[in-house]
Amino acid sequence: MIEKDLPEMPCRELVEVISDYLEDRLSPVDRARFEAHLAECEACRTYLEQFRQTIRALGRLPEESLSSEARNALLDAFRGWSHR
Amino acid sequence: MLRLALSRVESRAVAEEVVQDAWLTVLRSLDRYERRSTFRTWVLGIVVNLARSRARAERRAVPLSSEFVPSVDPARFLPADHPRWPHHWAVEPAAWRTPEDELLAGETRKVILEAIDALPPAQREVIVLRDVEGMPSTDVCNILALTDTHQRVLLHRARSRVRHALERYFAATEAT
Repeated sequence: MIEKDLPEMPCRELVEVISDYLEDRLSPVDRARFEAHLAECEACRTYLEQFRQTIRALGRLPEESLSSEARNALLDAFRGWSHR
Repeated sequence: MLRLALSRVESRAVAEEVVQDAWLTVLRSLDRYERRSTFRTWVLGIVVNLARSRARAERRAVPLSSEFVPSVDPARFLPADHPRWPHHWAVEPAAWRTPEDELLAGETRKVILEAIDALPPAQREVIVLRDVEGMPSTDVCNILALTDTHQRVLLHRARSRVRHALERYFAATEAT
């Protein structure tokens, strides 16, 4: 129904709304424009895939551990607390 | 917690103090935890508050810039008056040849961490909580006192910059 006559979503606009697209926050019209453009633009498909890879890589960063000094100070604090 | 604290204060030593203070605050105020949020959200909220007051104390005011900053360098797109492809890619993103499971190998991980460090504090907080910690957006908005829209703008800018850092890194290393 909304397939035809939509103004095209150029690459420059698409790169601004990728997070909204991924979180399903685009209006139905913009979503249709987004997907119509993507179907025809390999560069934007590449960009989207790299964006997804970036998010996945961020999610797999190991939690940075505290330095041993800080850890010891923390343990002391815990000990002090449990003796109260 | 540490990375979150680091997003507001200058040095690692100060960030570690903030994390310690946060644990002490958690222990002291456990009886005031009201279960209106998950425990994790409550704890991270304490970290943010302490880090912010610490940063204020250390004179670093954090401006919330609201002006529009493009996610991708405008020079990479064709001009609006291009006869055939207005606002389409002029310099297309090159495919990454590095397989995804190598994306967290030592060097690449360093690139990502450095990119996070280079972000403005507000963007850094959001991307750490959302993408690194995997926290839902409603919790992030609560902790950081952001509107939903502002949170999404900050997150998208931050992700765009990290992707760009990876792109630059791969362009340099894969070229050979």
